[in-house]
Amino acid sequence: MIFRRDLSLRWKIPLRVMAAVLGTAVTVTAALVVWEYDEMRQNLEGHAKSLGRVLANTLVTPVLHDDVWRAYEILQSARETYPAAPELQAEVVLITDADYKVFVSTKPREFPVGSSPATRGGAYAQLRTGMLSGDAMAQQVLEPADSPVYFVMSPLVADGVALGHVILGYSKVSFVPRFIGLVKRAALVTLLVLLIIAPISWVWASRTGEPLLRLADAMRRVPGELEESRLTDLPKSRDEIGQLAAAYQRMVGELKNKQELERQMVVSERLAAVGRLTAGIAHEINNPLGGMLTAINTYQRHGSCNDPLAISTMSLLERGLTQIRHTVGALLVESKAKDRPFATEDVDDLLILVEAEAHGRGIGVVVESNLEGTVPLPATLMRQITLNLLLNAASAAEKGGVVRLFVESSGNRLHLAVTNDGDYIPQERMDTLFEPFASTSDQGHGLGLWIVYQIVQQLGGEIEVESLPGYTTFKVEIPYGNTI
Amino acid sequence: MGLTTLIIGCMFTPFLTSSHAARRRLLLALATLSAWPAVAANGDAAVVRIGLTPVFLDDQVSFLGKWHAWLEQKLGHSVVFVQRANYREIIDLLLSGKIDFAWLCGFPYVRHRHEFRLVAVPLWRGQPLYQSYLIVPADDQRTKSIGDLRGKVFAYSDPDSNSGYLYPQYVLTMLGEKPSTFFSRTFFTWAHRKVVEAVGVGLADGGAVDGYVWETLAEVRPELTAATRIIDRSPLLGYPPFVARWDIQPKQLEQFSEVLLGMADDPQGRELLGRLRLDGFTIGQSALFDGIAQMAERVSRK
Repeated sequence: MIFRRDLSLRWKIPLRVMAAVLGTAVTVTAALVVWEYDEMRQNLEGHAKSLGRVLANTLVTPVLHDDVWRAYEILQSARETYPAAPELQAEVVLITDADYKVFVSTKPREFPVGSSPATRGGAYAQLRTGMLSGDAMAQQVLEPADSPVYFVMSPLVADGVALGHVILGYSKVSFVPRFIGLVKRAALVTLLVLLIIAPISWVWASRTGEPLLRLADAMRRVPGELEESRLTDLPKSRDEIGQLAAAYQRMVGELKNKQELERQMVVSERLAAVGRLTAGIAHEINNPLGGMLTAINTYQRHGSCNDPLAISTMSLLERGLTQIRHTVGALLVESKAKDRPFATEDVDDLLILVEAEAHGRGIGVVVESNLEGTVPLPATLMRQITLNLLLNAASAAEKGGVVRLFVESSGNRLHLAVTNDGDYIPQERMDTLFEPFASTSDQGHGLGLWIVYQIVQQLGGEIEVESLPGYTTFKVEIPYGNTI
Repeated sequence: MGLTTLIIGCMFTPFLTSSHAARRRLLLALATLSAWPAVAANGDAAVVRIGLTPVFLDDQVSFLGKWHAWLEQKLGHSVVFVQRANYREIIDLLLSGKIDFAWLCGFPYVRHRHEFRLVAVPLWRGQPLYQSYLIVPADDQRTKSIGDLRGKVFAYSDPDSNSGYLYPQYVLTMLGEKPSTFFSRTFFTWAHRKVVEAVGVGLADGGAVDGYVWETLAEVRPELTAATRIIDRSPLLGYPPFVARWDIQPKQLEQFSEVLLGMADDPQGRELLGRLRLDGFTIGQSALFDGIAQMAERVSRK
């Protein structure tokens, strides 16, 4: 039971269809056989009755004239064999007189002239009873139980008087081979039909189940292999399975979007936390740092510093503290209150700056820009993020490769896209790509993308990276109109 | 009736007064007229009419055709064979002069010895004699004589037959039995060969049959006779003769007689006789049938 319930549709549907086909075939065959059997019985009965009538009519004269031999000859000719239908041949034909004594029979040794068939007992004794109970002038079919023979009795009537009976005895057994033959033929035909229909049904049934199987297979991959599941070739039809597949595709798509959003949220929350932390630390460092640098400055200017050791120490402290201030300043990106707007010239400047860097490695730089005039965005910050991205791209591009810059301003939004060919960013680096000091590269301090991210955040924009084998693109989108 | 026995009839009109017989003859003649329009006035010498009763022959049609052609050639006249279902009809046709000759049994001949003329008697196994056989089914080993068949079913061939009716009646009479009540039931098959069949299948417990027919059947259809067993053979009796109507012209009688007598000397005639298992014909004397006459007298006296 459990096995049957758990069986795959791959087998269940075809097996059920086969069972239905088989059941239909067997039922139809059985019905036909029963019908045919009935027909056969009726034919036989009809044949026996008409033969009985003919014999009864023909035999009136011989019986009236007591012509035993003539009657016997008539019976013999009536018992001619039918090779095609052996069951039509009477087993025995009896002509009995009014006292149920044998006038003549086709088996004189078993039913001698003048004897009473009733003395044989069994079915023949019951015949007597049947003869008396039924209508003496009508044909009767008697089928005594436990008798291998059944009888068709026709009265011999002359001038309204019953002279006796013509009794045709048919073997029930002789009927059997023909019936078996009939069943065999029917079974053979059924088998042939099944041979044709069964494979077709199997294929149809398999096709019916196949989309469900694919759907089930796709579902089994959720949530582990969401992308593979989404890309599975599902049935595209308007029937229920097609609708199901479409709904499933939608669901998987949304699931994937949700996953993506969650991932992005984790990333941006972490970046926000890092940002708050660095900003807090930077402020805490900046305050004493400013004091210390002022103190050193004051000491250098006004102190009695003839001591060469003190002078060199102060200088060392000043350099060290200045480096700290630079580093902290880089971590703490702040938009300047006053800045000029970003303009076409800035793009040209950037191109010149990058080309100098790229040229050494044989990398071409292509710029596509529809920028006209100025865009109300702080030029310094915009230059910084664009330059950072371009320098990153130039260093990531393969030798002899190309770096592309795409700048477009439309609908109060500025779009920047920087693309380079060559190596792509592996997935495991993606999540920490914008974090400070996450870079594993030897050159640079690992703050470039962090700065870009901070600036974009401050400007209320979005940054997105797409990295596939062969190329990597950073897209930046910044709204304008409410800044400056 | 597919297969028929060569007619070897014994004709006999037992219990008719002459006036009755005459009227009956007339009636029968009228009755047969329509059925057989070829029966014309007597003395039409151009056509010879020969009556045959149910005849024993294995291939009756081809044999009769050849015999017919042979007779026409020898007689120089047209020959018409007249066949009927029983002896009685042929006897009546001969008595009424509707046919010229007939091949009959010794029994009707002796009954009408003075109304028929003897033409010739066939020779079987070299003699103008034959026997009647009383037979029982082959599987009946107990019956030794006809006396053991009391209360049984008995098959006669024809009431006008010597071998198939008169002889068993005679035997029973001699045993002091009453033939009409000795058997529980009797029936006629109207041909000797069918007596053999009826006894063979067990329809009758006993039967009386022409010995010549039985012996010939034993050659051509041995499976029929093998189903029967002979329990009694009659003394030798006159073989069924050819007879002519009383008023036949002497010349015609003589010619037909000569043709029959010469049959054995003719190659074709001998072949035809061979088919009948006969050796030839002899003149024959009326006294040849005295044995039958005595039996008939003994039976009718009772």
